[in-house]
Amino acid sequence: MSTKSKRNKSQEKIYQACIETALKAAKKKGAALAEASLSVDAGLSVTVRKSEIETLEHHQNKGLAVTVYLDQCKGSATTSDLSDKAIRQTVDKAVDIARFTAKDENAGIADAEDLAWEYPDLNLSYPWQVSADELVDMAQECEHAALKSDKRIVNSEGASVSTYESFHVYGNSQGFIGSYPSSSHSLSCSVIGKAGDVMQRDYWYSVARDSNLLEDAKAVGRQAAKRTLARLNAKKLSTMKVPVLFSPEMAAGLIGHFIAAISGASIYRKASFLQDSLNQKVFPEWMQIFEQPHIVSGLGSAPFDSEGVKTRSRSIIDAGVLQSYVLNSYAARKLGMKTTGNAGGVHNLTVAPTISTQKALLKEMGKGILVTELMGQGINGVTGDYSRGAAGFWVENGEIQYPVEEITIAGNLKQIYQQIVAVADDVDLRRNTRTGSILVEEMMIAGD
Amino acid sequence: MKKNLASHTILNAAGLKESDLNKVLGKILSRGGVDNGDIYFQQRHYESWSLEESIVKQGTFGIEKGVGVRAISGEKTGFAYSDEISLNALNQAGKTARAISRSGKSHSVKAFDGSLATQHLYDAVDPLDDFSADEKVRLLESIDAEARRLDPRVSQVMVSLVGVRDMIVVAAADGSLASDVRPLVRMSINVIVEADGRREQGTAGGGARVAYGYFLEDERALQYAREAVRQAVLKLDAVDAPAGTMPIVLGPGWPGIILHEAIGHGLEGDFNRKGSSAFSGRVGERVASNECTVVDDGTLANRRGSLNVDDEGTPTQCTTLIENGILKGYMQDKLNARLMGVESTGNGRRESYAHLPLPRMTNTYMLPGKHEHEEIISSVKKGLYAVNFAGGQVDITSGKFVFSASEAYLIENGKITQPVRGATLIGNGPDVLTRVSMVGNNLQLDEGVGTCGKEGQSIPVGVGQPTIKVEELTVGGTSA
Repeated sequence: MSTKSKRNKSQEKIYQACIETALKAAKKKGAALAEASLSVDAGLSVTVRKSEIETLEHHQNKGLAVTVYLDQCKGSATTSDLSDKAIRQTVDKAVDIARFTAKDENAGIADAEDLAWEYPDLNLSYPWQVSADELVDMAQECEHAALKSDKRIVNSEGASVSTYESFHVYGNSQGFIGSYPSSSHSLSCSVIGKAGDVMQRDYWYSVARDSNLLEDAKAVGRQAAKRTLARLNAKKLSTMKVPVLFSPEMAAGLIGHFIAAISGASIYRKASFLQDSLNQKVFPEWMQIFEQPHIVSGLGSAPFDSEGVKTRSRSIIDAGVLQSYVLNSYAARKLGMKTTGNAGGVHNLTVAPTISTQKALLKEMGKGILVTELMGQGINGVTGDYSRGAAGFWVENGEIQYPVEEITIAGNLKQIYQQIVAVADDVDLRRNTRTGSILVEEMMIAGD
Repeated sequence: MKKNLASHTILNAAGLKESDLNKVLGKILSRGGVDNGDIYFQQRHYESWSLEESIVKQGTFGIEKGVGVRAISGEKTGFAYSDEISLNALNQAGKTARAISRSGKSHSVKAFDGSLATQHLYDAVDPLDDFSADEKVRLLESIDAEARRLDPRVSQVMVSLVGVRDMIVVAAADGSLASDVRPLVRMSINVIVEADGRREQGTAGGGARVAYGYFLEDERALQYAREAVRQAVLKLDAVDAPAGTMPIVLGPGWPGIILHEAIGHGLEGDFNRKGSSAFSGRVGERVASNECTVVDDGTLANRRGSLNVDDEGTPTQCTTLIENGILKGYMQDKLNARLMGVESTGNGRRESYAHLPLPRMTNTYMLPGKHEHEEIISSVKKGLYAVNFAGGQVDITSGKFVFSASEAYLIENGKITQPVRGATLIGNGPDVLTRVSMVGNNLQLDEGVGTCGKEGQSIPVGVGQPTIKVEELTVGGTSA
């Protein structure tokens, strides 16, 4: 433990020195404001298919990004070479670009008062001392559990296990410098089932910052098989309007479109279907959505955002009403507001559940479809028009009847958000958006 | 000359000779059971400039360089890479990669074959040097001015210009040694219009393996601006799209994305070797109507999806996928070709040195048929005419695919009537082309904006087709 923290300390110093080199060079070149960030990651991933190793990949990446502001003209450059010479050349490139971009009075780094001068240790790093052989064993165990679970599972796309460790540093010309290590380990499995001539495929995965919190390998394999089997003998539906229940994985996407629509860039460009929605009722009045950036070991946790701004817990939707946009400091200045610490995105976005289980929600729905897969890019952020390919299950009398596929679900997000009936507590904790299943009163289903 | 430029820039700078590459490959194959291996060097620089609110607010420049080393043993692949290009880094990566094999017969490295034919599909230019920074800024500003001049309802114009020069050298134990200098430029325009409280957007753009001067030829960049405004304004009057199954006419060019999603991915060699594609084991069978002949062609001059050699050093080719409705073959990289007992089709592509090659598409298109465009439209009593798309996705195992129309119209009694709001179309890959009843004589390729994602790797691709009529496809609108 002590050697590890010693290694981290010296590593930290080297990378912080790179940031300082960049900021010093920028100052020398006449950039009144500058910022730099550095990310280093290393990892190992294995894929096993039909019990044999398919790939064994060793990963290691590093990159430094520099942004300079010359009289409020912005220029950026990146490099993977961290030698002093390369860093200085990268700064020169950024300066060259800033000589040609236009002056923008709102451009610049975050205000000093918003920076995370002090920040908590969120315990995001749990290095996994594991050999390639052990990862292979785990992947084999996972895939084996899937393949042997039912004779209708006829083929495999394999099981993968990966481990990554990263180190992130950010600094700017206000004298701020912050850094933190993080880790991410995952286990996934995808298998193919067959009924008649038709094949179906599905997958399951587990991801955690601490490998001890990964789901059991056999359980992941069995869940992948279970999901694949459930899709066999899928039917098409006729065209109709029915309630739609989004599984937690799909519900996260639905909430993701909301976040995109209230992000600063969409708002100041007047390119959002939620334009002028601040303090308006966007969701039903029982709905609560909030951000919790400081969950210890959380997958979406961060002590500061990508501009060094302090992240903090805050409400985004309270009683259905939009409390605040999702802003970085540039968008905030454009809108005459304060940054919300969201440069780079939201952190552990949480939708409060209103009903116990997905089962209860199925009962509440009675008749409709449970959507477990969505396909395609049919979301228009300007108008809110939503039309996507879907697969899932037909539900009647509150119970799943049979799998469905080759259908679309469509509506307009502005209305869809108002028509949310309930949120279940089957929260998917593997994602940065933490939500359970979401029931929408009615959407158009297109089929035969 | 191209070969010399990439080799000189990458290998000479690191003090590496061909004989060094041979030795590194020899060490990789010295491990029993390793039957092939390759070394992929890459040096890529890129820039992007972006405009919004009528000013160029941002520019970025970056360099990526590194080397990826792969060791193959039967179906197993070991892979390691480094962002440092040196003999030491190569040997280290080689040692890590070859650990994939534990035992087996030893294989030997073949001498590099200098006789391989080279293609010259694009010039070894550096787009970044073609224009001065000032000219790039003025180009973006001219697009903004044109869009705003065209219509007072234009409320926002966003433009981005991206230029890349990618140099690669790939050396393999099977004797191939190839290099390529790959320029790529792309422009994207997004316009928002506002009228009577309604907002709509239009997008346009294009690109190719050329220098920036391309955008000035025939007012090409200004045409993109006009196209984006036209689409956005048109949508102000769009009505709800229909929901249900109906005849669809797909316009020429970019709607060829249907081929990429419905059949292209399903015909990639890896999925078929593993038996996970809905097209597995179906060579020689009918998978499309007699009207349909589809190829994947990496040899089109200057196209975004074209390559002189793929990322394994195999020259690209024009591969017939479907001929008069019959499935002819798959797209292959070296690994899958060998395991299936066929030759690589030059489709082994990777996003960068830090990624493994996979069988991927280049430019996928349908050959022209005999019908006039107007004849096809007038044959439809009630249906949809779709001309622009926002992208697509496929589940290669079930065969279900989607692609999202961003510009479409109702066809009523053989006439194009009203524009409709965006809608996703969904179908089943293995049978959708059997429902193609008419193919136009107007083959067009897309403008050069396509990017394909597979296993987390993004690469530039192209699509194309003439106007086609699909007798039945499900349209995901909101109007019953």
